[in-house]
Amino acid sequence: MKEIVVLSGKGGTGKTSITGSLAALGAENLVLADCDVDAADMHLLTEPRVQIQEDFYSGKTALVHTEGCVHCFKCQQVCHFDAINVIDGEFVVDPIECEGCGYCYQVCPTHTIDMKKRLAGKFFVSKTRFNNTLVHARLGIAADNSGKLVTKVREEAAKIAGQEKVDYVLVDASPGIGCPVVASLTGANLVVLVTEPTVSGLHDLSRVYELVSKLKIKTVCIINKADLNEDMAEQIKGFLQEHNIRLLAEIPYDIKFTEAITIGKTVVEYDEIGIGKLLKESWKTVKQILNDKN
Amino acid sequence: MQIAIASGKGGTGKTTLAVNLSVLLAEKFAGSRQKVLLIDMDVEEPNSGLFIKGKLQQQEVKYRLVPEWDEDKCTFCKRCANVCEFNAIAFLGVSVLVFPELCHSCYACSDLCPEDALPMVQHRMGETKIFSLNNHLQFIESRLDIGVEQATPLIEQTRKLIKEQYSGNEWFTILDSPPGTSCPMMEAVKDADLVILVTEPTPFGFHDLKLAMETMDELEKHYAVVINKYGIGNDDVLNYCNEKQIPIIGKIPNLRAAARLYSAGKAMVDAIPEIRVEIENIYQQILKLTEAET
Repeated sequence: MKEIVVLSGKGGTGKTSITGSLAALGAENLVLADCDVDAADMHLLTEPRVQIQEDFYSGKTALVHTEGCVHCFKCQQVCHFDAINVIDGEFVVDPIECEGCGYCYQVCPTHTIDMKKRLAGKFFVSKTRFNNTLVHARLGIAADNSGKLVTKVREEAAKIAGQEKVDYVLVDASPGIGCPVVASLTGANLVVLVTEPTVSGLHDLSRVYELVSKLKIKTVCIINKADLNEDMAEQIKGFLQEHNIRLLAEIPYDIKFTEAITIGKTVVEYDEIGIGKLLKESWKTVKQILNDKN
Repeated sequence: MQIAIASGKGGTGKTTLAVNLSVLLAEKFAGSRQKVLLIDMDVEEPNSGLFIKGKLQQQEVKYRLVPEWDEDKCTFCKRCANVCEFNAIAFLGVSVLVFPELCHSCYACSDLCPEDALPMVQHRMGETKIFSLNNHLQFIESRLDIGVEQATPLIEQTRKLIKEQYSGNEWFTILDSPPGTSCPMMEAVKDADLVILVTEPTPFGFHDLKLAMETMDELEKHYAVVINKYGIGNDDVLNYCNEKQIPIIGKIPNLRAAARLYSAGKAMVDAIPEIRVEIENIYQQILKLTEAET
Protein backbone atom coordinates (compact mmCIF):
# COMPACT_ATOMS: atom_id res chain seq x y z
CA MET A 1 0.00 0.00 0.00
CA LYS A 2 1.37 3.41 -1.01
CA GLU A 3 0.37 6.81 0.31
CA ILE A 4 -0.01 9.76 -2.07
CA VAL A 5 -0.39 13.25 -0.58
CA VAL A 6 -1.71 16.15 -2.66
CA LEU A 7 -0.30 19.46 -1.40
CA SER A 8 -0.20 23.04 -2.54
CA GLY A 9 1.06 25.51 0.05
CA LYS A 10 -1.30 28.11 -1.37
CA GLY A 11 -5.04 27.58 -1.13
CA GLY A 12 -7.33 27.64 -4.16
CA THR A 13 -4.91 26.16 -6.69
CA GLY A 14 -7.27 23.28 -7.51
CA LYS A 15 -6.03 20.71 -5.02
CA THR A 16 -9.43 19.25 -4.13
CA SER A 17 -10.66 19.20 -7.75
CA ILE A 18 -7.52 17.34 -8.80
CA THR A 19 -7.55 14.96 -5.82
CA GLY A 20 -11.23 14.21 -6.50
CA SER A 21 -10.36 13.45 -10.12
CA LEU A 22 -7.57 11.07 -9.12
CA ALA A 23 -10.01 9.41 -6.72
CA ALA A 24 -12.48 8.90 -9.57
CA LEU A 25 -9.70 7.37 -11.69
CA GLY A 26 -8.36 5.13 -8.93
CA ALA A 27 -11.90 4.03 -8.02
CA GLU A 28 -12.07 0.98 -5.74
CA ASN A 29 -8.30 0.57 -5.73
CA LEU A 30 -7.78 3.38 -3.24
CA VAL A 31 -8.91 4.86 0.04
CA LEU A 32 -9.42 8.60 0.00
CA ALA A 33 -8.55 10.76 3.03
CA ASP A 34 -9.70 14.38 3.32
CA CYS A 35 -7.07 15.81 5.66
CA ASP A 36 -8.12 19.44 5.18
CA VAL A 37 -10.20 19.05 8.32
CA ASP A 38 -10.99 22.70 8.98
CA ALA A 39 -12.33 23.35 5.46
CA ALA A 40 -13.13 19.85 4.21
CA ASP A 41 -14.74 19.87 0.75
CA MET A 42 -14.12 16.42 -0.72
CA HIS A 43 -17.57 15.20 0.29
CA LEU A 44 -19.08 17.79 -2.07
CA LEU A 45 -17.65 15.88 -5.05
CA THR A 46 -18.01 12.29 -3.92
CA GLU A 47 -21.57 11.90 -2.52
CA PRO A 48 -20.41 9.91 0.48
CA ARG A 49 -22.82 7.56 2.25
CA VAL A 50 -21.70 7.68 5.86
CA GLN A 51 -21.10 4.23 7.37
CA ILE A 52 -19.27 5.06 10.58
CA GLN A 53 -19.45 8.27 12.53
CA GLU A 54 -17.48 8.92 15.70
CA ASP A 55 -16.85 11.78 18.06
CA PHE A 56 -13.21 12.74 18.22
CA TYR A 57 -11.84 13.80 21.56
CA SER A 58 -8.47 15.45 21.84
CA GLY A 59 -6.85 17.40 24.62
CA LYS A 60 -8.63 18.74 27.66
CA THR A 61 -10.36 21.82 29.02
CA ALA A 62 -10.22 23.00 32.61
CA LEU A 63 -13.43 23.27 34.58
CA VAL A 64 -13.51 25.19 37.88
CA HIS A 65 -16.19 24.01 40.30
CA THR A 66 -17.79 26.67 42.45
CA GLU A 67 -18.20 24.36 45.41
CA GLY A 68 -14.95 24.10 47.37
CA CYS A 69 -13.31 27.06 45.62
CA VAL A 70 -11.56 29.30 48.17
CA HIS A 71 -11.00 32.14 45.68
CA CYS A 72 -7.24 32.09 46.11
CA PHE A 73 -6.65 33.27 42.50
CA LYS A 74 -3.82 30.75 42.05
CA CYS A 75 -5.41 29.26 38.91
CA GLN A 76 -5.74 32.66 37.31
CA GLN A 77 -2.20 33.64 38.28
CA VAL A 78 -0.53 30.61 36.70
CA CYS A 79 -2.58 30.56 33.49
CA HIS A 80 -0.47 31.82 30.59
CA PHE A 81 -3.44 31.90 28.21
CA ASP A 82 -5.67 34.37 30.08
CA ALA A 83 -8.32 31.66 30.06
CA ILE A 84 -9.63 32.10 33.59
CA ASN A 85 -12.02 34.98 34.17
CA VAL A 86 -13.80 36.06 37.30
CA ILE A 87 -17.49 36.50 36.56
CA ASP A 88 -19.83 37.49 39.42
CA GLY A 89 -17.16 36.46 41.91
CA GLU A 90 -16.73 32.99 40.44
CA PHE A 91 -13.86 31.59 38.38
CA VAL A 92 -14.94 30.68 34.88
CA VAL A 93 -12.78 29.07 32.19
CA ASP A 94 -13.06 30.39 28.64
CA PRO A 95 -13.00 27.16 26.60
CA ILE A 96 -11.75 28.95 23.49
CA GLU A 97 -8.69 30.36 25.28
CA CYS A 98 -7.97 27.31 27.46
CA GLU A 99 -5.19 25.16 25.97
CA GLY A 100 -5.83 22.32 28.38
CA CYS A 101 -2.33 22.44 29.89
CA GLY A 102 -3.60 21.57 33.37
CA TYR A 103 -1.32 24.01 35.18
CA CYS A 104 -4.32 25.41 37.12
CA TYR A 105 -5.38 21.88 37.99
CA GLN A 106 -1.91 21.16 39.38
CA VAL A 107 -1.80 24.21 41.65
CA CYS A 108 -5.39 24.36 42.91
CA PRO A 109 -5.07 23.86 46.72
CA THR A 110 -8.62 22.57 47.16
CA HIS A 111 -8.74 20.32 44.07
CA THR A 112 -11.81 22.05 42.71
CA ILE A 113 -10.58 22.04 39.11
CA ASP A 114 -11.28 19.15 36.79
CA MET A 115 -9.70 18.48 33.45
CA LYS A 116 -12.43 17.40 31.03
CA LYS A 117 -11.83 15.66 27.73
CA ARG A 118 -12.48 18.03 24.87
CA LEU A 119 -14.70 17.18 21.91
CA ALA A 120 -12.53 18.34 18.99
CA GLY A 121 -14.67 17.22 16.09
CA LYS A 122 -16.34 14.37 14.29
CA PHE A 123 -14.85 11.81 12.07
CA PHE A 124 -16.52 9.74 9.34
CA VAL A 125 -15.92 6.66 7.22
CA SER A 126 -18.05 6.69 4.08
CA LYS A 127 -18.51 4.95 0.74
CA THR A 128 -18.31 7.30 -2.23
CA ARG A 129 -20.01 7.13 -5.61
CA PHE A 130 -16.62 5.97 -6.99
CA ASN A 131 -16.96 2.81 -4.93
CA ASN A 132 -14.06 3.69 -2.70
CA THR A 133 -13.89 4.55 0.97
CA LEU A 134 -13.58 8.18 2.04
CA VAL A 135 -12.28 8.99 5.51
CA HIS A 136 -13.19 12.55 6.40
CA ALA A 137 -13.75 14.73 9.43
CA ARG A 138 -15.23 17.90 10.66
CA LEU A 139 -13.27 19.95 13.13
CA GLY A 140 -15.46 21.34 15.88
CA ILE A 141 -16.28 25.02 15.60
CA ALA A 142 -13.52 26.99 17.27
CA ALA A 143 -11.78 23.74 18.26
CA ASP A 144 -8.05 23.28 18.58
CA ASN A 145 -5.90 20.32 17.62
CA SER A 146 -6.54 20.07 13.91
CA GLY A 147 -3.15 18.30 13.60
CA LYS A 148 -4.37 15.45 15.78
CA LEU A 149 -7.61 15.08 13.82
CA VAL A 150 -5.57 15.00 10.60
CA THR A 151 -3.44 12.21 12.07
CA LYS A 152 -6.59 10.32 13.04
CA VAL A 153 -8.03 10.61 9.49
CA ARG A 154 -4.75 9.57 7.88
CA GLU A 155 -4.17 6.62 10.21
CA GLU A 156 -7.73 5.39 9.82
CA ALA A 157 -7.44 5.61 6.01
CA ALA A 158 -4.22 3.58 6.09
CA LYS A 159 -5.82 0.99 8.36
CA ILE A 160 -8.85 0.59 6.08
CA ALA A 161 -6.60 0.41 3.02
CA GLY A 162 -4.86 -2.53 4.69
CA GLN A 163 -8.13 -4.26 5.50
CA GLU A 164 -9.56 -3.68 2.02
CA LYS A 165 -6.22 -4.65 0.45
CA VAL A 166 -6.22 -1.65 -1.88
CA ASP A 167 -3.01 -0.33 -3.42
CA TYR A 168 -3.25 3.38 -2.59
CA VAL A 169 -4.21 5.92 0.04
CA LEU A 170 -4.89 9.31 -1.53
CA VAL A 171 -4.65 12.29 0.85
CA ASP A 172 -6.01 15.80 0.22
CA ALA A 173 -4.00 18.03 2.56
CA SER A 174 -4.66 21.53 3.87
CA PRO A 175 -2.93 24.69 2.67
CA GLY A 176 0.03 26.10 4.58
CA ILE A 177 3.16 24.56 6.07
CA GLY A 178 2.15 24.15 9.72
CA CYS A 179 1.09 21.26 11.91
CA PRO A 180 -1.89 19.96 9.84
CA VAL A 181 0.37 19.77 6.77
CA VAL A 182 3.18 18.05 8.67
CA ALA A 183 0.62 15.60 10.09
CA SER A 184 -0.67 14.86 6.56
CA LEU A 185 2.85 14.14 5.30
CA THR A 186 3.79 11.51 7.86
CA GLY A 187 4.12 8.19 6.06
CA ALA A 188 3.80 9.60 2.53
CA ASN A 189 5.42 7.74 -0.36
CA LEU A 190 4.76 10.41 -2.97
CA VAL A 191 3.80 14.09 -2.85
CA VAL A 192 1.83 15.64 -5.71
CA LEU A 193 2.25 19.41 -5.60
CA VAL A 194 -0.51 21.43 -7.25
CA THR A 195 0.50 24.95 -8.13
CA GLU A 196 -0.50 27.87 -10.36
CA PRO A 197 1.68 30.27 -12.38
CA THR A 198 1.29 33.28 -10.09
CA VAL A 199 3.84 34.99 -7.86
CA SER A 200 1.98 33.62 -4.83
CA GLY A 201 1.79 30.15 -6.36
CA LEU A 202 5.55 29.97 -6.81
CA HIS A 203 6.29 31.59 -3.43
CA ASP A 204 4.07 29.13 -1.56
CA LEU A 205 5.24 26.17 -3.64
CA SER A 206 8.86 26.84 -2.75
CA ARG A 207 8.05 27.05 0.97
CA VAL A 208 6.01 23.87 1.06
CA TYR A 209 8.62 22.08 -1.07
CA GLU A 210 11.32 23.06 1.41
CA LEU A 211 9.28 21.29 4.08
CA VAL A 212 8.71 18.22 1.87
CA SER A 213 12.41 18.01 0.95
CA LYS A 214 13.37 18.04 4.64
CA LEU A 215 11.24 14.91 4.98
CA LYS A 216 12.90 13.42 1.87
CA ILE A 217 9.68 12.38 0.11
CA LYS A 218 9.62 11.83 -3.65
CA THR A 219 7.75 14.71 -5.31
CA VAL A 220 5.96 15.43 -8.59
CA CYS A 221 4.01 18.51 -9.66
CA ILE A 222 0.92 19.58 -11.61
CA ILE A 223 0.68 23.17 -12.83
CA ASN A 224 -2.94 24.26 -12.91
CA LYS A 225 -4.16 27.37 -14.81
CA ALA A 226 -0.87 26.90 -16.72
CA ASP A 227 -1.61 29.41 -19.50
CA LEU A 228 -2.59 32.25 -17.17
CA ASN A 229 0.91 33.72 -17.15
CA GLU A 230 3.56 32.19 -19.43
CA ASP A 231 6.44 33.95 -17.77
CA MET A 232 5.46 32.69 -14.31
CA ALA A 233 4.84 29.20 -15.75
CA GLU A 234 8.43 29.22 -17.07
CA GLN A 235 9.72 30.31 -13.66
CA ILE A 236 7.85 27.44 -12.02
CA LYS A 237 9.21 24.95 -14.54
CA GLY A 238 12.68 26.32 -13.82
CA PHE A 239 12.10 25.73 -10.11
CA LEU A 240 10.91 22.17 -10.79
CA GLN A 241 13.95 21.41 -12.96
CA GLU A 242 16.33 22.85 -10.43
CA HIS A 243 14.93 20.56 -7.74
CA ASN A 244 14.49 17.56 -9.99
CA ILE A 245 10.71 17.50 -9.56
CA ARG A 246 8.89 15.77 -12.40
CA LEU A 247 6.18 17.85 -14.09
CA LEU A 248 3.12 15.63 -14.51
CA ALA A 249 0.78 17.95 -16.37
CA GLU A 250 0.08 21.53 -17.36
CA ILE A 251 -3.64 22.10 -17.09
CA PRO A 252 -5.06 25.14 -18.90
CA TYR A 253 -6.96 27.94 -17.13
CA ASP A 254 -10.46 26.75 -17.90
CA ILE A 255 -13.93 27.61 -16.61
CA LYS A 256 -14.71 23.87 -16.91
CA PHE A 257 -12.99 23.44 -13.52
CA THR A 258 -15.62 25.53 -11.75
CA GLU A 259 -18.45 24.29 -13.97
CA ALA A 260 -17.63 20.75 -12.89
CA ILE A 261 -17.62 21.45 -9.14
CA THR A 262 -20.75 23.58 -9.45
CA ILE A 263 -22.66 20.47 -10.50
CA GLY A 264 -20.81 18.26 -8.00
CA LYS A 265 -18.66 16.45 -10.57
CA THR A 266 -14.94 15.98 -10.78
CA VAL A 267 -13.30 17.66 -13.76
CA VAL A 268 -12.13 14.29 -15.12
CA GLU A 269 -15.79 13.28 -15.46
CA TYR A 270 -16.95 16.64 -16.78
CA ASP A 271 -14.27 17.17 -19.41
CA GLU A 272 -13.18 13.67 -20.35
CA ILE A 273 -11.33 14.49 -23.55
CA GLY A 274 -9.60 17.72 -22.48
CA ILE A 275 -8.49 18.13 -18.86
CA GLY A 276 -9.69 14.58 -18.17
CA LYS A 277 -7.10 13.17 -20.55
CA LEU A 278 -4.29 15.15 -18.89
CA LEU A 279 -5.30 13.88 -15.46
CA LYS A 280 -5.61 10.28 -16.69
CA GLU A 281 -2.02 10.50 -17.92
CA SER A 282 -0.98 12.00 -14.56
CA TRP A 283 -2.63 9.19 -12.61
CA LYS A 284 -0.92 6.60 -14.82
CA THR A 285 2.46 8.23 -14.19
CA VAL A 286 1.83 8.41 -10.44
CA LYS A 287 1.17 4.67 -10.38
CA GLN A 288 4.27 3.95 -12.48
CA ILE A 289 6.47 6.01 -10.16
CA LEU A 290 5.10 4.27 -7.08
CA ASN A 291 5.51 0.82 -8.57
CA ASP A 292 9.10 1.40 -9.70
CA LYS A 293 11.33 -0.85 -7.69
CA ASN A 294 13.60 1.95 -6.44
CA MET B 1 -10.29 50.72 13.24
CA GLN B 2 -9.24 47.18 12.57
CA ILE B 3 -10.65 45.09 9.71
CA ALA B 4 -9.74 41.41 9.31
CA ILE B 5 -10.05 39.73 5.93
CA ALA B 6 -10.62 36.00 6.32
CA SER B 7 -12.21 33.20 4.31
CA GLY B 8 -12.43 29.57 5.35
CA LYS B 9 -11.48 28.31 1.89
CA GLY B 10 -8.04 29.25 0.61
CA GLY B 11 -7.48 31.09 -2.66
CA THR B 12 -10.74 33.04 -2.63
CA GLY B 13 -9.07 36.45 -2.82
CA LYS B 14 -8.16 37.51 0.73
CA THR B 15 -4.80 38.90 -0.30
CA THR B 16 -6.29 40.55 -3.39
CA LEU B 17 -8.84 42.42 -1.29
CA ALA B 18 -6.39 43.27 1.51
CA VAL B 19 -3.75 44.65 -0.85
CA ASN B 20 -6.10 46.56 -3.15
CA LEU B 21 -8.06 48.07 -0.29
CA SER B 22 -4.79 49.16 1.32
CA VAL B 23 -3.45 50.74 -1.86
CA LEU B 24 -6.72 52.55 -2.55
CA LEU B 25 -7.03 53.87 1.00
CA ALA B 26 -3.43 55.05 1.12
CA GLU B 27 -4.24 57.14 -2.00
CA LYS B 28 -7.42 58.48 -0.44
CA PHE B 29 -5.69 59.38 2.81
CA ALA B 30 -3.07 61.57 1.08
CA GLY B 31 -3.01 64.97 2.76
CA SER B 32 -4.85 63.76 5.87
CA ARG B 33 -3.48 62.35 9.13
CA GLN B 34 -4.98 58.94 8.44
CA LYS B 35 -2.72 56.01 7.60
CA VAL B 36 -3.18 52.43 6.48
CA LEU B 37 -1.49 49.55 8.24
CA LEU B 38 -1.59 46.28 6.29
CA ILE B 39 -0.54 43.16 8.18
CA ASP B 40 0.00 39.73 6.69
CA MET B 41 -1.21 37.33 9.39
CA ASP B 42 -0.93 34.26 7.12
CA VAL B 43 2.44 33.47 8.65
CA GLU B 44 2.67 30.04 7.00
CA GLU B 45 2.33 31.39 3.47
CA PRO B 46 2.57 35.21 3.59
CA ASN B 47 1.79 36.67 0.14
CA SER B 48 0.82 40.31 0.60
CA GLY B 49 4.47 41.35 0.39
CA LEU B 50 4.61 40.03 -3.17
CA PHE B 51 2.17 42.77 -4.22
CA ILE B 52 3.50 45.79 -2.38
CA LYS B 53 7.13 46.66 -2.04
CA GLY B 54 8.31 49.09 0.57
CA LYS B 55 11.42 50.17 2.42
CA LEU B 56 12.38 47.85 5.27
CA GLN B 57 12.21 49.82 8.51
CA GLN B 58 12.62 47.17 11.15
CA GLN B 59 13.30 43.46 11.31
CA GLU B 60 13.01 41.26 14.35
CA VAL B 61 13.49 37.57 15.05
CA LYS B 62 10.51 36.18 16.98
CA TYR B 63 10.81 33.62 19.73
CA ARG B 64 8.54 31.80 22.08
CA LEU B 65 9.63 30.25 25.35
CA VAL B 66 10.05 26.52 25.80
CA PRO B 67 11.73 24.58 28.62
CA GLU B 68 15.35 23.44 28.34
CA TRP B 69 16.70 20.58 30.40
CA ASP B 70 19.47 21.38 32.87
CA GLU B 71 21.28 18.09 33.28
CA ASP B 72 23.22 19.18 36.37
CA LYS B 73 20.15 20.11 38.39
CA CYS B 74 17.79 17.30 37.36
CA THR B 75 17.10 14.55 39.90
CA PHE B 76 14.90 12.52 37.50
CA CYS B 77 11.78 12.88 39.65
CA LYS B 78 9.65 12.93 36.46
CA ARG B 79 7.37 15.62 37.83
CA CYS B 80 7.75 17.55 34.54
CA ALA B 81 6.69 14.65 32.33
CA ASN B 82 3.80 13.89 34.65
CA VAL B 83 2.38 17.40 34.55
CA CYS B 84 2.83 17.91 30.79
CA GLU B 85 -0.49 17.33 29.01
CA PHE B 86 1.13 17.50 25.57
CA ASN B 87 3.71 14.71 25.84
CA ALA B 88 6.36 17.31 25.10
CA ILE B 89 8.79 15.87 27.68
CA ALA B 90 10.16 12.36 27.55
CA PHE B 91 12.60 10.46 29.74
CA LEU B 92 15.09 8.43 27.79
CA GLY B 93 17.47 6.54 30.04
CA VAL B 94 19.43 9.22 31.88
CA SER B 95 18.40 12.11 29.71
CA VAL B 96 15.30 14.25 29.32
CA LEU B 97 14.07 15.20 25.88
CA VAL B 98 11.96 18.30 25.23
CA PHE B 99 9.97 18.43 21.96
CA PRO B 100 9.43 22.13 21.20
CA GLU B 101 6.83 21.45 18.46
CA LEU B 102 4.59 19.70 21.00
CA CYS B 103 5.14 22.26 23.76
CA HIS B 104 2.43 24.89 24.32
CA SER B 105 4.62 27.15 26.50
CA CYS B 106 2.34 26.75 29.52
CA TYR B 107 5.28 26.88 32.01
CA ALA B 108 3.82 24.10 34.20
CA CYS B 109 6.88 21.82 33.96
CA SER B 110 9.29 24.68 34.40
CA ASP B 111 7.56 26.29 37.38
CA LEU B 112 6.67 23.02 39.10
CA CYS B 113 10.13 21.45 38.79
CA PRO B 114 11.42 21.28 42.41
CA GLU B 115 15.03 21.67 41.26
CA ASP B 116 14.58 24.48 38.70
CA ALA B 117 16.01 22.11 36.14
CA LEU B 118 13.76 23.24 33.27
CA PRO B 119 14.32 26.96 32.73
CA MET B 120 12.26 28.52 29.91
CA VAL B 121 14.51 29.54 27.02
CA GLN B 122 13.93 31.29 23.69
CA HIS B 123 12.96 29.11 20.75
CA ARG B 124 12.97 30.74 17.31
CA MET B 125 9.71 30.64 15.33
CA GLY B 126 10.14 33.22 12.61
CA GLU B 127 10.59 36.85 11.75
CA THR B 128 8.54 40.03 11.71
CA LYS B 129 9.40 42.80 9.27
CA ILE B 130 8.00 46.30 9.14
CA PHE B 131 8.01 48.14 5.81
CA SER B 132 7.11 51.69 4.94
CA LEU B 133 5.67 52.31 1.45
CA ASN B 134 4.78 55.96 1.70
CA ASN B 135 3.52 58.46 4.28
CA HIS B 136 0.16 56.73 4.36
CA LEU B 137 0.95 53.04 4.08
CA GLN B 138 2.88 50.72 6.36
CA PHE B 139 3.13 46.98 5.95
CA ILE B 140 3.99 44.31 8.53
CA GLU B 141 4.82 40.76 7.58
CA SER B 142 5.33 37.88 10.00
CA ARG B 143 6.85 34.78 8.48
CA LEU B 144 7.02 31.38 10.15
CA ASP B 145 10.29 29.43 9.79
CA ILE B 146 9.90 26.28 7.71
CA GLY B 147 9.71 23.26 9.99
CA VAL B 148 8.07 25.21 12.82
CA GLU B 149 4.62 23.65 13.20
CA GLN B 150 2.74 26.04 15.45
CA ALA B 151 1.64 29.17 13.64
CA THR B 152 -0.60 30.56 16.36
CA PRO B 153 2.09 31.88 18.79
CA LEU B 154 3.65 33.99 16.01
CA ILE B 155 0.22 35.33 15.01
CA GLU B 156 -0.46 36.15 18.67
CA GLN B 157 2.79 38.09 19.02
CA THR B 158 2.03 40.01 15.83
CA ARG B 159 -1.46 40.82 17.09
CA LYS B 160 -0.02 42.13 20.36
CA LEU B 161 2.57 44.22 18.50
CA ILE B 162 -0.26 45.96 16.61
CA LYS B 163 -2.21 46.49 19.80
CA GLU B 164 0.77 48.06 21.55
CA GLN B 165 2.20 50.18 18.76
CA TYR B 166 -0.58 50.94 16.29
CA SER B 167 -3.70 51.53 18.33
CA GLY B 168 -3.82 55.29 17.66
CA ASN B 169 -6.94 56.44 15.82
CA GLU B 170 -4.93 57.60 12.79
CA TRP B 171 -4.49 53.95 11.82
CA PHE B 172 -6.87 52.08 9.57
CA THR B 173 -5.64 48.54 10.06
CA ILE B 174 -6.24 45.74 7.54
CA LEU B 175 -5.36 42.15 8.45
CA ASP B 176 -4.79 39.51 5.76
CA SER B 177 -5.75 36.40 7.78
CA PRO B 178 -4.76 32.77 7.26
CA PRO B 179 -7.24 30.42 5.53
CA GLY B 180 -9.27 27.82 7.42
CA THR B 181 -11.44 28.11 10.50
CA SER B 182 -9.16 26.78 13.25
CA CYS B 183 -6.78 28.37 15.74
CA PRO B 184 -4.53 30.41 13.39
CA MET B 185 -7.52 32.14 11.80
CA MET B 186 -9.27 32.67 15.15
CA GLU B 187 -6.13 34.18 16.67
CA ALA B 188 -5.68 36.52 13.69
CA VAL B 189 -9.17 38.05 13.86
CA LYS B 190 -9.35 38.38 17.65
CA ASP B 191 -9.00 42.18 17.88
CA ALA B 192 -10.86 43.05 14.67
CA ASP B 193 -13.83 45.44 14.78
CA LEU B 194 -15.22 43.80 11.63
CA VAL B 195 -14.33 40.59 9.81
CA ILE B 196 -14.80 40.44 6.06
CA LEU B 197 -15.28 36.89 4.82
CA VAL B 198 -14.18 36.62 1.20
CA THR B 199 -15.73 33.79 -0.74
CA GLU B 200 -16.25 32.58 -4.28
CA PRO B 201 -19.70 31.57 -5.55
CA THR B 202 -18.92 27.85 -5.91
CA PRO B 203 -20.04 24.90 -3.75
CA PHE B 204 -16.56 24.82 -2.12
CA GLY B 205 -16.62 28.54 -1.42
CA PHE B 206 -20.17 28.34 -0.07
CA HIS B 207 -19.50 25.35 2.19
CA ASP B 208 -16.36 26.84 3.73
CA LEU B 209 -18.06 30.24 4.09
CA LYS B 210 -20.73 28.65 6.27
CA LEU B 211 -18.00 27.12 8.47
CA ALA B 212 -16.27 30.50 8.75
CA MET B 213 -19.59 32.12 9.70
CA GLU B 214 -20.16 29.56 12.45
CA THR B 215 -16.69 30.32 13.79
CA MET B 216 -17.45 34.06 13.75
CA ASP B 217 -20.71 33.42 15.62
CA GLU B 218 -18.82 31.40 18.22
CA LEU B 219 -16.30 34.23 18.63
CA GLU B 220 -19.17 36.76 18.67
CA LYS B 221 -17.58 38.70 15.83
CA HIS B 222 -19.31 41.19 13.63
CA TYR B 223 -18.88 40.11 9.99
CA ALA B 224 -19.82 40.81 6.39
CA VAL B 225 -19.25 38.98 3.09
CA VAL B 226 -17.46 39.87 -0.13
CA ILE B 227 -18.05 37.62 -3.14
CA ASN B 228 -14.98 37.42 -5.35
CA LYS B 229 -14.89 35.93 -8.88
CA TYR B 230 -18.52 36.99 -9.07
CA GLY B 231 -20.15 35.50 -12.17
CA ILE B 232 -18.79 31.95 -11.90
CA GLY B 233 -20.60 29.10 -10.13
CA ASN B 234 -24.14 29.72 -8.89
CA ASP B 235 -26.27 31.96 -6.65
CA ASP B 236 -26.21 29.84 -3.48
CA VAL B 237 -23.94 32.25 -1.55
CA LEU B 238 -26.04 35.23 -2.58
CA ASN B 239 -29.35 33.60 -1.66
CA TYR B 240 -28.04 32.25 1.63
CA CYS B 241 -26.67 35.62 2.77
CA ASN B 242 -29.88 37.38 1.78
CA GLU B 243 -31.95 34.85 3.64
CA LYS B 244 -29.80 35.11 6.79
CA GLN B 245 -29.57 38.89 6.43
CA ILE B 246 -25.79 38.83 6.35
CA PRO B 247 -24.54 41.93 4.57
CA ILE B 248 -22.82 41.36 1.22
CA ILE B 249 -20.62 44.41 0.93
CA GLY B 250 -19.02 43.72 -2.42
CA LYS B 251 -19.07 41.62 -5.55
CA ILE B 252 -15.73 41.59 -7.33
CA PRO B 253 -16.25 40.46 -10.94
CA ASN B 254 -14.44 37.42 -12.31
CA LEU B 255 -12.08 38.89 -14.90
CA ARG B 256 -9.21 37.17 -16.63
CA ALA B 257 -7.41 40.53 -16.70
CA ALA B 258 -7.61 40.62 -12.89
CA ALA B 259 -6.27 37.07 -12.62
CA ARG B 260 -3.38 38.05 -14.90
CA LEU B 261 -2.48 41.09 -12.80
CA TYR B 262 -2.66 38.94 -9.68
CA SER B 263 -0.42 36.32 -11.29
CA ALA B 264 2.23 38.97 -11.92
CA GLY B 265 2.04 40.36 -8.39
CA LYS B 266 0.35 43.64 -9.32
CA ALA B 267 -2.40 45.62 -7.62
CA MET B 268 -5.62 46.04 -9.61
CA VAL B 269 -7.15 49.28 -8.37
CA ASP B 270 -5.03 51.44 -10.66
CA ALA B 271 -5.43 49.18 -13.70
CA ILE B 272 -9.03 47.98 -13.77
CA PRO B 273 -11.62 50.74 -13.18
CA GLU B 274 -14.52 48.40 -12.42
CA ILE B 275 -12.51 46.76 -9.64
CA ARG B 276 -11.52 50.15 -8.25
CA VAL B 277 -15.18 51.13 -8.07
CA GLU B 278 -16.02 47.89 -6.28
CA ILE B 279 -13.20 48.28 -3.73
CA GLU B 280 -14.22 51.91 -3.10
CA ASN B 281 -17.77 50.66 -2.53
CA ILE B 282 -16.51 48.03 -0.08
CA TYR B 283 -14.72 50.78 1.88
CA GLN B 284 -17.91 52.85 2.09
CA GLN B 285 -19.83 49.79 3.31
CA ILE B 286 -17.15 49.10 5.95
CA LEU B 287 -17.54 52.66 7.24
CA LYS B 288 -21.30 52.27 7.40
CA LEU B 289 -21.15 48.96 9.24
CA THR B 290 -18.54 50.07 11.75
CA GLU B 291 -20.31 53.38 12.40
CA ALA B 292 -23.48 51.47 13.13
CA GLU B 293 -21.50 49.47 15.68
CA THR B 294 -20.12 52.40 17.67
